[in-house]
Amino acid sequence: MFERLPEAGGGTITIAVDGIAVTARAGDTVAAALLAAGFLSSRTSPVSGAPRGPYCMMGVCFDCLATIDGIGSRQSCLVLVREGMRIETQRGGRVVAP
Amino acid sequence: MTEQASERQEFDVAVIGGGLVGSAVGWGLARAKQQVVVLDEGDVAFRASRANFSLVWVQSKGLGMPEYAAWTKRSSDAWQNLADELKETTKIDVAFGRPGGFTLALSEAELAARAQMLSRLHNQPNMVRYPYEILDRNALLKMLPQVGPDVAGGSYCPLDGHCNALRLLRAFHKGMRELGVVYRPNHVVDAIDFRDSIFHIRSNNGVLAVGKIVLAAGIGNARLGPMVGLKAPVRPQRGHIVATERAAPFLPYPIVTVRQTDEGSVLMGDSAEEAGFDDGVGLGVASAIASRAIRMFPQISGLNVVRTWAGLRVMTQDGFPIYDESRSRPGAFIATCHSGVTLAANHAGNLAAMIAAGRLAPELEVFSARRFDVRTAA
Repeated sequence: MFERLPEAGGGTITIAVDGIAVTARAGDTVAAALLAAGFLSSRTSPVSGAPRGPYCMMGVCFDCLATIDGIGSRQSCLVLVREGMRIETQRGGRVVAP
Repeated sequence: MTEQASERQEFDVAVIGGGLVGSAVGWGLARAKQQVVVLDEGDVAFRASRANFSLVWVQSKGLGMPEYAAWTKRSSDAWQNLADELKETTKIDVAFGRPGGFTLALSEAELAARAQMLSRLHNQPNMVRYPYEILDRNALLKMLPQVGPDVAGGSYCPLDGHCNALRLLRAFHKGMRELGVVYRPNHVVDAIDFRDSIFHIRSNNGVLAVGKIVLAAGIGNARLGPMVGLKAPVRPQRGHIVATERAAPFLPYPIVTVRQTDEGSVLMGDSAEEAGFDDGVGLGVASAIASRAIRMFPQISGLNVVRTWAGLRVMTQDGFPIYDESRSRPGAFIATCHSGVTLAANHAGNLAAMIAAGRLAPELEVFSARRFDVRTAA
């Protein structure tokens, strides 16, 4: 759905999304890397269960929430990718330990 | 609007205040076939209804006034019917649940103080009877295994519950509209004249003539009461609420200071401050609230906090509500409390019926603000 511009630079970085190795570019936000890799939804709404994904890409809409390196509900459009970063998509509300 | 036009009564009753108390009474009055207008102040108002914790709470209320315990229990008992009626008529689910609720103690001393307080409450003459339990840690763990190691025990009352108070306010307003109630926002009441058994309400938007008047303006009642010969010695008391992101359901009971909403957010609120009309947020208070909540439920420590806010409770000297009617201006009533959610079923039911009939029942006499008057010496 999304394609990178041919002139886009930056070195290659590998991150894991739900345990799957994904190639990103240095300088990508997590949201951009998710969209470029075809992950259009990063979570589901805890209220309705509907899929949600990066939308405004500038920190306003809070729809791009994802678990990044173990910390839940981070705004993925405001976090830059790093080598070895672990991203998990979220299903429903955060699960707290029983 | 001209003076001439306002001489004719335009509505049976005007409710001043469109928060939880005013809208519950307004909805109830409309169901009692009254023609109702609600005058609401506007966004500058200190809206206690938007800062509350959504508990429908019984345990621990009424030490010093057992009639308040009975009034509270009565509303709690009527709450399921209220929720059902709102859902049927407005299609809004206010998410009422009454699984019982806990107050948790973080030390043996807190638990002992709690047990003593509840014992004094229930030993009062004329105290309404209802069940409650003091639970030591082992007994508590059987019902609430989620608690952390710092919790010494707690008290449990099966009458306690909670709801979604934002939806409750919306349901009352939607219900009022469907019943033909006229809602007028941005009406700040400046004066109320009483002539020929008609109240003439002067606001920034002209004059309105009505047959009866209900003051339900929260802290604003202190200013409005004297306009109709009533007293409402109320002061603001600040309370903080900390809200987390939505989590999967893990807490099946409301705790008086921690609850999980129907949509998953964890709310924490554990403060009462005398701060005048300052509704600003104090980070020290907020972190103390979060710290106590995490000691009660360590598993929430990983949740993100998404909002923190403060609101002003409407507090009397003794902490009990005021329901009163004016002796000098018959038809003027006042209702003021800090538990607009818990008491919503009474306000929409009994209280609205009494006001529609034009008289408060004798059982409400104990709630008159005359209780604050200095007694004449013998």
